[in-house]
Amino acid sequence: MSAIALRKVSVTLGGRRVVSEVTATVEEGEWVALIGPNGAGKTSLLRAVAGLLPCDGTVSLLGTPLEALGRRERAQRLALVPQEPRTPPWLTVAEYVLMGRTPHLRPLASEGAADVEAASRALARLDLDDLVDRTLGTLSGGERQRVVVARALAQEASIVLLDEPTASLDIGHQQQALDLLDALRASEELTLVAAMHDLTLAAQYADRVLLLDAGRVVADGTPEAVLTESALARHYGARVRVVTVDDAIAVLPARGASR
Amino acid sequence: MEAAAATARAVRVRGVTPGWALAAVAFLLLAIVVGIAAGPVDLGVGAVLRALGAKLGVPGVDSPLSPTESSILWDLRVPRVLLAGLVGGMLAISGATYQGVFHNPLADPYLLGVAAGAGLGATLAIAYLPHALSGHELLPLAAFLGGSVAVVLAYAIGRAAGRERDSATLVLAGVTVASFFTALQTFVQQRNTDTLQEVTSWILGSLPNTGWGDVLTLAPYVLVTTTVIIALRRVVDVLSLGDLEAASLGIHVRRTRLALVVAATIGTAAAVAVSGLIAFVGIIVPHAVRLVVGTSYRGLLPLSFVVGAGFLILADVIARTALSPAEVPIGVVTALFGAPAFALVLRTRGGRG
Repeated sequence: MSAIALRKVSVTLGGRRVVSEVTATVEEGEWVALIGPNGAGKTSLLRAVAGLLPCDGTVSLLGTPLEALGRRERAQRLALVPQEPRTPPWLTVAEYVLMGRTPHLRPLASEGAADVEAASRALARLDLDDLVDRTLGTLSGGERQRVVVARALAQEASIVLLDEPTASLDIGHQQQALDLLDALRASEELTLVAAMHDLTLAAQYADRVLLLDAGRVVADGTPEAVLTESALARHYGARVRVVTVDDAIAVLPARGASR
Repeated sequence: MEAAAATARAVRVRGVTPGWALAAVAFLLLAIVVGIAAGPVDLGVGAVLRALGAKLGVPGVDSPLSPTESSILWDLRVPRVLLAGLVGGMLAISGATYQGVFHNPLADPYLLGVAAGAGLGATLAIAYLPHALSGHELLPLAAFLGGSVAVVLAYAIGRAAGRERDSATLVLAGVTVASFFTALQTFVQQRNTDTLQEVTSWILGSLPNTGWGDVLTLAPYVLVTTTVIIALRRVVDVLSLGDLEAASLGIHVRRTRLALVVAATIGTAAAVAVSGLIAFVGIIVPHAVRLVVGTSYRGLLPLSFVVGAGFLILADVIARTALSPAEVPIGVVTALFGAPAFALVLRTRGGRG
C-alpha cells in the first residue's frame, strides 16, 4: 500500500491552475524530494495533499481517499511542517510540542498522560529536554526548527510533509536538520515528502526526486536520473554542472554569459 | 538517568497555576470588599463582613446593621458590585478571546467597534421598538445584532485593506466602524431626545443603580458565553499558530473561530446593553495578566475574567467616590487609566502579530 497516492490532482487558485493533473505515488518509508523553480506549485501540491486546499482528482493516504477521512483522522496520518511555521513567542517549548497532540484530542478535551508521554518522547528524540520551559521567543533559529519538527513528531503521524525545511538555516544546521530527519525516518518509520531548493542536498538525502514545473510533474525518478544538466537548464533556466563526488551527485552553478 | 528524570518533570502546560489562581481570586475578593464598603454611608468593613456572614447563615453571627444600612448594603452596594464584576470580567475575557482569534494583540471589544455596534443596536431598539422591548431582557439581543454587524464589518474592511497579520489594520477598521456607528447612534438619539435622555451618560459608560434587575439580566449571558470560551481555551492557543497550521492539526478553523467570536460578541453586547461603552478593559486587563503571568491563552482566558471583574469593581469605586456625591461615568475612569496603558502596549508589542 502506498503512503500517498495522487491521481490527476489539480489545484486552482484565484482562477489560475497552479497544480495540473499530478499523478504520483510515495511508498511507505520513502523520502521524496519535491523540486522545481519558484512558483512551480510545490507548496500548493503539499497543501492539497494535506487537505488544506481544495483540489480535483483523488488524494489517498495509506489507501483511504482524503474525503473519506475526518479532519482529525487525516491529521493523525499526516503532519505538515510549513515553510514559515508560526511560533508564538509567549508559548513554551512544552506547550508548543503538546499542540501536536491536537488531532488525538476531542475539541473540548485536555491532554492526558498518553499525550504528555508522546510529547516527552518527541522532545527527548530531538534533544530538547533542556529547553522545555523556555519560551519560543528566546530560541535560536536552529532550536526553533527542531521544536517544530518535535511538534510534528508528537503528532505521531506516519507521513510528514515538509515545505523547505532548511530554508532559513546555515549550511551546518541544514545538514544537522536533514541528518536528523533521515534518522527519524528510520527509527519512527516515517514517510517524508520535502519541498527542497538545494538540489545537491536533495540528491544526497532523497530516495526519489519529483521535478515540478508550471504545476506539472516533468520528471520522476532517482536523483541521478532527474538531476541532469539539460533538465535543470530547461526547467530552472539555470546553467549548472552536475558532477559526482564520493558517489553522490552535486549540482554546481556555472559562471558564464547570461542567456 | 539524569535525562530520564529531566523528562519526567519536564512536559507541562502552564495553564492556571494554583499560585496565580489564588492571587487573582484574592484580588477579586479584596475588590469586592472595598466595593461594598466604599460609599457615602460608611458601613464599616467589619460590619459588612458580619452582615455577609449572617446572610450566608454562619452560625453565631448576627448582622449589626440597621434596616436602612441593610437596605443600602443589599439593594444598592452588593448588586452594584456584582454588576461591575460581571461587566468587567466579560469585557476582559472577550478582549482576550478576540486577541487570540484574530491573532491580534490589539483587538478589543471597544477598538473593534463591537461596543459601538452594540450601543447602536440597543439605542435603535429603545427608540423604535419600545413596546416589544418594554422589559430589558431582550435588549442584549438587539445589542448583539448591532455588535455582530460591527465585528463582521471591521473584519471585512481590515481584510480588504491589509494582510491579516497586520495588527494595526484591523484596529483602524474597527475604529472606523466604531465612529460611524457612534455617529448613527447620536443621530438616532437626537431625533428622539424625549425617550433617550439617559443614553448620553450610557455612551460614556456607566453602571446603573437598578438593584438586582440588571444583574439577573446579565448573569445568564455571562455564564453561558464564558463557559463556551473557557471550554475552548486550549483551541484558542492552537488558533494562535495561524489558520493553516491549526487546520493541519485537524481543527475546523472557521467553525471554531465563529463559535468563539459569537460567544465573545454576545457577552460583550449583553454587557454593553447594561453598562454602555466601557473602553479599554478588554485590552489592558489581558495585557496586564500576560505581563505578570506570561501565560498562554489557556491560562490567560480564565485569569482575565477574574482580574477584569476585580478591576472594574475598583474602577467603579473611583467612579462613585472621586466627585461624591456626583458620579463620574465609569467609562471615563477606565479610559483615564486605559489610554496611557494602551499607549504602552502599542509601544512594547504593537509590531508583533
